[in-house]
Amino acid sequence: MAILSEEQVMLKDAASAWARERSPISAYRKLRNEGGAQGYDSRLFAEIAEMGWAGILAPEEHGGADFGFMSMGVVLEQLGRTLTPSPLVSSAAAIVGLRRAASTAQQELWLPKLVAGEAVMALAVDEGAQHNPLAVALKATKARSKWTLSGVKRPVLHGMGADAALVVARTAGAPGDVDGLTLFIVPTDAPKFSREALNEVERRGAAIYSFDGVEAGADVVVGEVGKAAAILDYVLDCARAGLAAEMLGSACEAFDMTLAYLKTRPQFGQLIGSFQALQHRASDLYAELELTRSAVEMALEALDANSADARELVSLAKAMTGDTFKRVAAEMIQLHGGIGMTDEHDAGLFYKRARAADMSYGSAAYHRERYAALTGH
Amino acid sequence: MFDHADPDLARFRDDAADWIKANFPPALTGKSPTPFITDGALADADQDYQTWLRRVVDKGWGAPTWPEEYGGGGLTQAHSVIIHEEMARIGAFFPNHTYGEMMLGPTLLEYGDEVQKRRFIPPIARAEVRWCQGFSEPGAGSDLASLQTKCVDGGDHWIVTGQKIWTSGANHAHWCFCLVRTDTSSKHGGISFLLIDMKSPGIEARPIYLISGSTHFCEVFFNEVRAPKENMVGGVNKGWPIAKRLLQFERDSLASGRAEAPPLAPLAKEYLGVNELGQIADPDVRHRVVRNAMRARAYAYTMRRTALEAKSNAGVSAAVSALKNLGSDIAQERADLAVEILGHSGLGWEGDQFAEAELEATRAWLHSRAYSIYGGSREIQNNITAKRVLGLPG
Repeated sequence: MAILSEEQVMLKDAASAWARERSPISAYRKLRNEGGAQGYDSRLFAEIAEMGWAGILAPEEHGGADFGFMSMGVVLEQLGRTLTPSPLVSSAAAIVGLRRAASTAQQELWLPKLVAGEAVMALAVDEGAQHNPLAVALKATKARSKWTLSGVKRPVLHGMGADAALVVARTAGAPGDVDGLTLFIVPTDAPKFSREALNEVERRGAAIYSFDGVEAGADVVVGEVGKAAAILDYVLDCARAGLAAEMLGSACEAFDMTLAYLKTRPQFGQLIGSFQALQHRASDLYAELELTRSAVEMALEALDANSADARELVSLAKAMTGDTFKRVAAEMIQLHGGIGMTDEHDAGLFYKRARAADMSYGSAAYHRERYAALTGH
Repeated sequence: MFDHADPDLARFRDDAADWIKANFPPALTGKSPTPFITDGALADADQDYQTWLRRVVDKGWGAPTWPEEYGGGGLTQAHSVIIHEEMARIGAFFPNHTYGEMMLGPTLLEYGDEVQKRRFIPPIARAEVRWCQGFSEPGAGSDLASLQTKCVDGGDHWIVTGQKIWTSGANHAHWCFCLVRTDTSSKHGGISFLLIDMKSPGIEARPIYLISGSTHFCEVFFNEVRAPKENMVGGVNKGWPIAKRLLQFERDSLASGRAEAPPLAPLAKEYLGVNELGQIADPDVRHRVVRNAMRARAYAYTMRRTALEAKSNAGVSAAVSALKNLGSDIAQERADLAVEILGHSGLGWEGDQFAEAELEATRAWLHSRAYSIYGGSREIQNNITAKRVLGLPG
């Protein structure tokens, strides 16, 4: 565990208590069973915002706490422990992006609302099976002073409950080009915009966004036209780091639950946790979780310090959490035996979460490749 | 940097960096300290090493975090981390990570009586006495507590007869910290911790030749060796808990001794070539090199943060077992990758048909099998993690 400041320790304790009391795993299960499109509980998100957690990365002038990425990670890890569904990662990444690249007017319009939890912003980047930001094809064509957006975004994480989206569109060049990408803030009640909930193994509000000639004025362009690749990279890195922290929490909880089972399940006249083969697997997983924790902390620290190696460290964190969480979740099912395969047991929820989280904002493989490219391999 | 918020530490870092730059002999740049630690004769003969060692000791850094009253530097873990980082930055190494400094010293600080502490600890901090570890026996490896080296009461001294194995540097050591059996009726309760002068009559050390060609591990034979009564630490039959504590320090030293090795990418590009994107040409090797690099990076950070989190040596805990395993896994993987990259040029034994760097990589690969065995095998570490960290039963 990083050496946390007193404030961070308080944040951690508060988030842990809130998650266990107000948003236990059973809350996600209930939401999933009900099948609602939004994929998170608005009242619970309002509580998250009330605690100030939606504003951790926002500047004080807009009601935020400006506590930094490590503090954000501390909160997200605790929420991850109980599989809390919330758009916190997307909204926080949007906040950070707006802070860096949006105009004063745009910041004044959106930041207070995002901090207060009155609005949620999603990131509309991906267009298909694999995460590939530069492959964006959704077109934004200019006619007189307005842009017209046409195309599809899929999946948009937390898209069903979002009031607006940071949309990545191509204003020039071809899919794959670094140049020619532009960021637009598009409200989800815009004419000619529609969305549909994705029916997936997880119900966290992932959506398909359809733009059939949605109009966007110059006032909703964030940053420079055609030059959004760099800010997009940064926004995505913030989302990746936040998600990695959440994944770490989920993986640790999965491990703890499995450990508890090993200590209580008897077979062959003894607790199964006394079998050396299982003990050694648990020890190996523990070591892996420690290594993964380091990777997450390094990324959060680098983002806080705005250091030159932040990008590769974010990829390191996302890749490691992806692999470790998938492995722990699979082991959780295995070590629980038959009951781990039942929907009634929580192991399945962790297993599905691990895979979905790995796919989000770039899988372990994607980030290993990115790390390789950034480090001269 | 963890000290960017602390002006005193930041100043210490600047001063340390300046001092190290001014005092580290350039001829030692990039070298590993291991040969000097394991081969006392080499250490004594190397002028540059002796110069560096004396300077570090005279600076008060021979044992930076030990109490000043016993010859230590009286500094905090944070200071120690800074010293190591600034040394690593210019390709220097800390010259006094001896068996005395890493294992016996911290143990004596916790378990030694005042006479023992004042007699034995300062010479370790001043690098004046070389120690070796008399623990394992041919019949007592992983099951160390089953050791049989006998220690009987000879009146005003103890009399020791038996055999130790895997004793690093015994042939050049001045003293030995030794586990002996003082009661044959109780396995764990019959072990004592005894300090023995290697110049005593009846001791013979024989180097063991390993697959890597190294000879610093020795068999040590004790034939009715006399040791004064006051050199037993912690009291008769009280040695096992002391041994276990010392082993934690050993694990920690092995875990943190895995300095972040230089990246393999340049070697891979040199021997395997690059593709049209400038990447390592073989995608399979590239993938495994990247994986290892990522894990090594996370591991280096892990050692740093656990060092900072441990307020002092006392902070070393059972969790170090997991770290020792991570470290040995990553290092073994890297050693394997290096010779794989070298191809046939990774099979040289000695001579000028092979580059020195190639021969070094081959020896390192051969030696790397030991990482998951010495200091407690991977399996023993996993037993410890399971029982003492995870609280698993049985």
